Amino acid sequence: MIPELGNFSLVLALSLSILLSVLPMVGVYRNNPLLMTLSRPLCAGIWVFMVVSFGCLAHAFLNDDFSVRYVASNSNSLLPWFYKFTGVWGGHEGSLLLWVLMVASWTYAVSLFSRNLPLDILARVLSIMGIISVSFLVFMLLTSNPFDRLMLNPPADGTDLNPLLQDFGLIVHPPMLYMGYVGFSVAFAFAITALLTGKLDAAWARWTRPWTNAAWAFLTLGIALGSWWAYYELGWGGWWFWDPTENVAFMPWLVGTALIHSLAVTEKRGVFKSWTVLLAIAAFSLSLLGTFIIRSGLITSVHAFAVDPERGLVLLAILLVVIGASLFLYALRAPVVKGTASYTMTSREVFLLINNILLVVSTAGILLGTLYPLIHEAINGEANMVSVGPPYFNTIFLPLMALLTVFLTIGSISRWKKTSTAFLKDQLVKVAVASVLLGIVLPLFITREVNLSIFLAVSLALWIVFGIARDLVTKSANKDSLVKGLKSLSLSYYGMQLAHLGFAVIILGICLTSHYSVERDVRLAPGQGIEIGSYEFIFQGVVDAPGPNYRAEAGTVDVLKNGRPYMTLHPEKRTYLATGAVQTEADIDVGFFRDLFAALGDPRGEGAWVVRIHLKPFVFWIWFGAFLMAAGGVTAILDRRYRVRDAVVRDVPPEKAATGLGMKSPVEAS
Amino acid sequence: MLAHRQQRLAIVLFIIFGTAIAVGLVLVALNEGINVFYTPTEVSEGAVPGNQNFRIGGMVKMGSVIKDGLEGAEVNFLTTDFCNDVLVSYSGPLPDLFREGQGVVADGYIDDGGIFQATQILAKHDENYMSAEVKASLEAAEDKDVKVCNQ
Repeated sequence: MIPELGNFSLVLALSLSILLSVLPMVGVYRNNPLLMTLSRPLCAGIWVFMVVSFGCLAHAFLNDDFSVRYVASNSNSLLPWFYKFTGVWGGHEGSLLLWVLMVASWTYAVSLFSRNLPLDILARVLSIMGIISVSFLVFMLLTSNPFDRLMLNPPADGTDLNPLLQDFGLIVHPPMLYMGYVGFSVAFAFAITALLTGKLDAAWARWTRPWTNAAWAFLTLGIALGSWWAYYELGWGGWWFWDPTENVAFMPWLVGTALIHSLAVTEKRGVFKSWTVLLAIAAFSLSLLGTFIIRSGLITSVHAFAVDPERGLVLLAILLVVIGASLFLYALRAPVVKGTASYTMTSREVFLLINNILLVVSTAGILLGTLYPLIHEAINGEANMVSVGPPYFNTIFLPLMALLTVFLTIGSISRWKKTSTAFLKDQLVKVAVASVLLGIVLPLFITREVNLSIFLAVSLALWIVFGIARDLVTKSANKDSLVKGLKSLSLSYYGMQLAHLGFAVIILGICLTSHYSVERDVRLAPGQGIEIGSYEFIFQGVVDAPGPNYRAEAGTVDVLKNGRPYMTLHPEKRTYLATGAVQTEADIDVGFFRDLFAALGDPRGEGAWVVRIHLKPFVFWIWFGAFLMAAGGVTAILDRRYRVRDAVVRDVPPEKAATGLGMKSPVEAS
Repeated sequence: MLAHRQQRLAIVLFIIFGTAIAVGLVLVALNEGINVFYTPTEVSEGAVPGNQNFRIGGMVKMGSVIKDGLEGAEVNFLTTDFCNDVLVSYSGPLPDLFREGQGVVADGYIDDGGIFQATQILAKHDENYMSAEVKASLEAAEDKDVKVCNQ
């Protein structure tokens, strides 16, 4: 009965979503406040039914109801309960259910936290969110219903959850990632609303910014967790592979980052309006493209677990409708929302424009590299297929990011509208000299090795850090004391600096790990060892160790530091009982400055194994930096001005409010 | 008005600048980063230009995997499309899904001795899944004159 209840809730959620996508919109054009107000309870209703539906599927998993096909193919009675629970989103149907639950949650959140939004705007935004819910609910119910039963001969036990997914990383990674993906639908809904109303002013940007920041912060965490999961669970110590799956999550992130910056310009200066709208559409479209590419199996990837061309076609249809319709609307309405404030070549606007161009160009490069195998195959047929490897992506991405970093500090120190070159020089010359000098001297002093890319990376990271310090001093200079000055700065300012600091930390982490990691694959007989730096790794052989739903061959690697016992690593090779799938479990000693990594390869006779041993300095900084970035995003959301009911926004028509901020309304301009 | 035109000019220049950088980078990157996929038959027939990284894919020939008696972490095996075999040499841990009689894709180059030196052995994470490349490779071999292969 419970699965049927879940299915029924899905249908109810669909019905309410249809109402949500129609009624408030009709209310807007009929000027009927009742229909518009209906949007809030509808959102609550959809959310409740989605939660019920999700709960029903979780119930089926936890109680081993293998008559449900999805449970039978993604769970097993031997699984520990928490992996049964996370198995809910371990496959296609369930992850889609999670996806729609996220849409419902974001929609409900918008309806709750937008009390100061004019009713007609709110009604439009929620209606558009409703349309997104409808399309994905229809898709789910028609092609991938998680509650489908196996009526004849339900199996006694399930096939099992893919061993790769039986891991803590999977408990948190997909929900975070989806929160980010789906979160951009809010920015998208606001953008479409702006196109519909033709009103795109400072108030609009102020409503949109916290939602975009939130989605971006979730996506940042989601991607970082995915990379962390790949690092220890895929077993081979890499943390980024430029795999299509990673790329399709990374592209919305890059565009989302551009969107955050462009929204800042739109709020403060009322320019880049149509560009901002385009970015919002692009960020959400890329999220959908990601879902489509992964789910359709169009591009072979490590994540393409369950693929089905028919589903791909339906998703493609949704994708084309969303992109096509929104771009069509954009083409019709973009001229209406154009901004016309003036700015000079050394203004913050221009530096943020450069930021946007660099981010969008790198996204385009990644998109090309990701789709290139498809394009090549379409032209040349199946013979001599190509694959695009990391060298391509690194060649494109790294120089652009280096340029971005240079402009990051200049941009965050410069002023709106016009920055005098004298001011920029005064602020930045010392910062530049110090960061370049230290960027060369520090690595040289520590490693006694000349390495240009390390010099460059450390200099760039220091350029950001010193720039932040310099700006903090400047911004607090006209107060009595430094502490007082620092207190007077806004949370959104601190959020920005925190995120930038996170970026510097990531640059250091990536560059130092890439250059100073020692990676050794050695064949070791019990008792043999290797030395890396001040560490010595001694392989003590492998013993059998049973687990709850697998049997493992557990290795022991004693680590000595400077000749003294330091710690022991236990890498494992697991064979899962239900499917016989083999899974490598690396053991990692995580440290702030270095990770020790050991993984078992394959046995090579007489108790000897190929063992992979890594010493990875600063690898932790990659994820730590991402965490700082996400924390920065959250800090910016907490800024008071997003919560205070702004008198300007409420009482004055938005055009006038915008004019007050130094820009002309579209009507005056034309 | 002048300021307005200047802005436009600036934006256009930036976009041209950005596009130029992007196109330049893409051209350089495409040269470096693309691996073409070849079948064992194509490799044996010398269809692969020398000094080039590429991907080879096929089945791991039954009974061909040699691990013992080699130095360090080295492993040798034959990859086959049931028409021609190519000897692959690799140093490092084999992926969990590497098995005799199963599909395999390897990144690497042909050394002077005609042996494929793999820098990476790729494994897919689904037992039942055969990569599109390997499938195409086997089909291509089947299409050729079967008699030649069966001799």
